[in-house]
Amino acid sequence: MKIPAELKYTKNDEWVRVEGDIAVMGITDYAQDQLSDIVFVEIVALEGDSLDQGETCAVIESVKAAADVFLPVGGEIIAINESLMDSPELVNEDPFGNAWLVKIKMSDLSQLEDLMDADTYQKLERDH
Amino acid sequence: MTEKTIFELSRPNRKGIRFPAPDVPLAELPKDFLRENLPLPEVPENEVVRHFTNISQLNYSVDNGFYPLGSCTMKYNPKINEETARLPGFAHIHPLQPVETVQGALGLMYETQQWLGEISGFDAVSLQPAAGAHGELTGVLIIRAYHESRGDTKRTKMLVPDSAHGTNPASSAMSGLEIVQLASDKQGNIDLKALEAECDDTLAGIMITNPNTLGLFDENIVEACQLVHDHGGLVYGDGANMNALLGVYRPAETGIDVMHFNLHKTFSTPHGGGGPGSGPVGVTKELAEFLPSPVVAMTSEGDEQNPAFYDLLVPEKSIGRVKSFHGHFGIVVRAFTYMICLGKNGLLGVSTHAVLNANYIQARVKDVYHIPYERLCMHEFVTEAKWEDAPGIRALDISKRLIDFGFHPPTNYFPLIVHEALMIEPTETETMETLDAFADALLQIADEAKNNPDILHNAPTNAPFGRFDEVKAAKDLILRTQLPENYGS
Repeated sequence: MKIPAELKYTKNDEWVRVEGDIAVMGITDYAQDQLSDIVFVEIVALEGDSLDQGETCAVIESVKAAADVFLPVGGEIIAINESLMDSPELVNEDPFGNAWLVKIKMSDLSQLEDLMDADTYQKLERDH
Repeated sequence: MTEKTIFELSRPNRKGIRFPAPDVPLAELPKDFLRENLPLPEVPENEVVRHFTNISQLNYSVDNGFYPLGSCTMKYNPKINEETARLPGFAHIHPLQPVETVQGALGLMYETQQWLGEISGFDAVSLQPAAGAHGELTGVLIIRAYHESRGDTKRTKMLVPDSAHGTNPASSAMSGLEIVQLASDKQGNIDLKALEAECDDTLAGIMITNPNTLGLFDENIVEACQLVHDHGGLVYGDGANMNALLGVYRPAETGIDVMHFNLHKTFSTPHGGGGPGSGPVGVTKELAEFLPSPVVAMTSEGDEQNPAFYDLLVPEKSIGRVKSFHGHFGIVVRAFTYMICLGKNGLLGVSTHAVLNANYIQARVKDVYHIPYERLCMHEFVTEAKWEDAPGIRALDISKRLIDFGFHPPTNYFPLIVHEALMIEPTETETMETLDAFADALLQIADEAKNNPDILHNAPTNAPFGRFDEVKAAKDLILRTQLPENYGS
């Protein structure tokens, strides 16, 4: 299971890459593996929206289940990855790269402190 | 093995039947209602019979074999149910007939309401809802109407444990409520601390599936109902798992306020292949006035000379109709037949054997298949289909391989709180030989998963069709028959 060291993580299996006051986010390798073959990605956040930390920004559907994706940090949505609408399988193939979901201009940088580093995420207790 | 579609069998001007010459004057249809092009198949009678017989033989049902589809209670449907439903007095009546002329049918509906009330402890029952989730929607609308009737309009929050049926959040959302998911505790029960933290004056209620989707009886049920009641909320019970409880536990007595029954699960009416279902709702006397209309009442008990009289009534603060006419009446006839054939002791036997059979399979496989919440189970249990020494094997592979043994697969990937979940519900209507054959198959498949995984990845190989491409099926939807090229020419 890949867990890039330079990213930050949530307990809901989202990742964040920080570029100045911009956060790029997606779902982790663990999350895509649990979901298995992904057949549909709907990004419900719109460019220009101002959303709070924890709000739903996307819905990902696989042959197993549908899952909500939550914003790891709040702010203005400045870009969404439209290529996932046509190619949802990218989330399986490249969860930390081409399958980023949204870019956020963060409104409160201190929210980054709520996120885990790679080491802590790796040690996260998985119930089952 | 494939069967052509009826349209592919069609050839122009081939006829199955000839209509007799009309013996009444011909009437012209309005031009707007006439179609230029109506591609009806043209096939002779014997080809039609063969076509549909062949398709029916590709199907799998409880009449073919074991069907342990967890949460669905795929028990055998006794054929006597079909006989009673076809009695002319039930089959050939119309819902708009005057009530005086359908007293037998109304009497049967009344008795069914009474039996369901007795089984569950509820004071009033409506037979209207068309199926389980429709019963949930009806029940949640009743909860909403109750709060609104008291002017308590800020109660908009519905709690749903993560071990509840997947339809529960949908029913609450359809009712305009906001859903908050509750975690389960380490024993698979409702986490009372998490519940208490959500108890405030916006609480509309909680939806509890008991036994829950882990197949476990919720040991915190009394405390959970008490907490919700103390904070002004009501408790919805999802009765889909009632097959574990007949004659053993009456939900109303532990504080459930509203609950639906699945006649097509617990009470042996047809299920799958279109049913239709039936999801009666039972309520406490405080909520009886909100039931959907109409309900059947006995307006005169009768005496030695006169039979009892039944009528259709509209409860005072009814949420209104939720279904045309009287719900799925033919299904109610079948369920009532089942109940009176079994009687009180028979129904108790249904549940004790359903629980025994599930525990028997669980005990036979648990050393090989990890049971994440290992307790005495109720009518079903959930196992995790993964082993460290069988990388790349998923629940889906086990399910597909079971088809090769002639079994319907269990429910996959539900509940979501168990990864690679297989949910197994044998029901009470299976012999020990069948239960053993299924357990043997599971054990053999676990061995194959470690020593010969390709068998699983390629399964099924002993079925009319091989492994379907589920990704393509989900992404490239074709929802109607595609007519062959040059059809009709």
